[in-house]
Amino acid sequence: MRNIGPILTVVAAIFVLWYAGAVALNAPWAYDKAKRANVEITFSEMVADTMQQKKPKLPAPHQVGKEIWKTTGEMVAKGRAFSKRSLIYHSWITLSATLLGFALGTGLGVALSVGIVYNRTMDMSVMPWVIASQTIPILAIAPMIIVVLNAIGISGLLPKAVISMYLSFFPVVVGMVKGLRSPDHMMVDQMKTWSATKGQEFWKLRLPSSMPFLFPSLKVAMAASLVGAIVGELPTGAVAGLGARLLAGSYYGQTIQIWSALITAAALAAALVAIIGVIQKVVLKRMGMA
Amino acid sequence: MSSVISAKNLSLTFQTNDGPVHALKDINLEINKGDFVSFIGPSGCGKTTFLRCMADLEQPAAGEITVNGVSPAEARKARAYGYVFQHAGLYPWRTIGGNIRLPLEIMGVDKAEQDKSVKEVLELVHLEGFENKYPWQLSGGMQQRASIARALAFQADILLMDEPFGALDEIVRDHLNEQLLELWARTNKTIGFVTHSIPEAVYLSTKIVVMSPRPGRIHDVIESTLPKERPLDIRDSPEFIEIAHRVRDGLRAGHGDD
Ligand SMILES: Nc1ncnc2c1ncn2[C@@H]1O[C@H](COP(=O)(O)OP(=O)(O)O)[C@@H](O)[C@H]1O
Ligand SMILES: [Mg+2]
Repeated sequence: MRNIGPILTVVAAIFVLWYAGAVALNAPWAYDKAKRANVEITFSEMVADTMQQKKPKLPAPHQVGKEIWKTTGEMVAKGRAFSKRSLIYHSWITLSATLLGFALGTGLGVALSVGIVYNRTMDMSVMPWVIASQTIPILAIAPMIIVVLNAIGISGLLPKAVISMYLSFFPVVVGMVKGLRSPDHMMVDQMKTWSATKGQEFWKLRLPSSMPFLFPSLKVAMAASLVGAIVGELPTGAVAGLGARLLAGSYYGQTIQIWSALITAAALAAALVAIIGVIQKVVLKRMGMA
Repeated sequence: MSSVISAKNLSLTFQTNDGPVHALKDINLEINKGDFVSFIGPSGCGKTTFLRCMADLEQPAAGEITVNGVSPAEARKARAYGYVFQHAGLYPWRTIGGNIRLPLEIMGVDKAEQDKSVKEVLELVHLEGFENKYPWQLSGGMQQRASIARALAFQADILLMDEPFGALDEIVRDHLNEQLLELWARTNKTIGFVTHSIPEAVYLSTKIVVMSPRPGRIHDVIESTLPKERPLDIRDSPEFIEIAHRVRDGLRAGHGDD
């Protein structure tokens, strides 16, 4: 709990800057309106106006907060948590793609890292492709993945999950190659003196040794996965998901809606990463590696 | 007396960026059943490399080496030896018991048998009651004892130890030396033991192999005349001091011109 002080300070600073930004960015529109109505407004009237515009350039925190509450808590209270207007519903759509993509990406990443560590040919050939895959802008490749998968009759959750996987396998490969190679020569030789099979060496030595490397990779992968799922919702004009909310918001200039989707996405990412952090703590502590 | 390890004209050269390193050259040695053989010599004279050849962790370039009458590879697969590395190398995520169990799990020993062996070897190294502790809860000396217990757990007749007590302080070392002798007397194993310390080599061994570097050779093989029963104060006896002298002379002569 020692961290709480500094964290609150930073959060407070962010709010101050955010409000200041909202005033500065929304002021021209406030003056504009006043001019057209042929009235003079005072500074405090202007500030008050910047806090409650319908389509502000930068919505104020409380506007976003209110919108989020309206589309989450209030919907729950009305028993419509999963209606199309509820952020919970949209979050769930994105979250499910994120989690599936994360699982696929982690699986692919671990599989590739095992191949790279145990197979010389893969060691020499796979890594450059893995790195190349990440240099292609995801925004360029996402529509193609979706179109191609649609063409073979796959739509909905899976195409988005595939994009998440595409982004999230990378940190897992990099971390796990390092992790699986982390046991020193002596420990590998020791296994040899017991005539251990490759499989035993993997399960009893390499995999446990890689745990301190796996979890940081998983955190990055989870965040990347969420980005992937949101990006996957953009090019199709999806009607559901946080990405769809962003898109719809920007079509109609609903900045408050955009920002509440953004904040929700950020909170979701933070929560997911925090969950991995907790698992990491528990696992490494139990393994005597923390 | 049956020969357990036999090396004939053994040579091994490492190719390094600075050119070839002759780690072993024309090594000839017979180790008999029940021998306690120490390898002593300056750093880089090939002690570790020789031990690793016996363990099939290094492949000699020339010459021949047999372990229990077969090649080191076959002996390794037959689990003929236990190997204790310089560092304890215990797995932090396994308890002491779990660490000792590890080779047994790998060898497919059944659970009841595992429990029995773990209990036995913990007694041998005087670590009763530490089965469920984690390595970090033990001192360095105790960790090293646990790693010896692990090498003993699967009942191999040969025990190869590479400077197992090198990192420990003198008092702990004396204590472990005593325990090792006691263990050797009780189990009648054949032991190959690498050390830097002259008193340690003389105190423990029935046979002391003095090695010299560049290229790694055997300079002298000293058969100990000390009795099998060795209290710690035997180190003050004239016999002990004489053997120690011979070892020291061998080391000096082997070191030669540099
Ligand atoms: N894997 C290796 N590659 C290259 N040179 C090695 C390797 N292992 C040992 N050597 C060299 O072989 C020589 C003997 O090493 P080693 O057997 O470890 O000596 P000791 O154990 O007596 O100190 C040293 O010069 C060392 O640098
Ligand atoms: Mg050495």
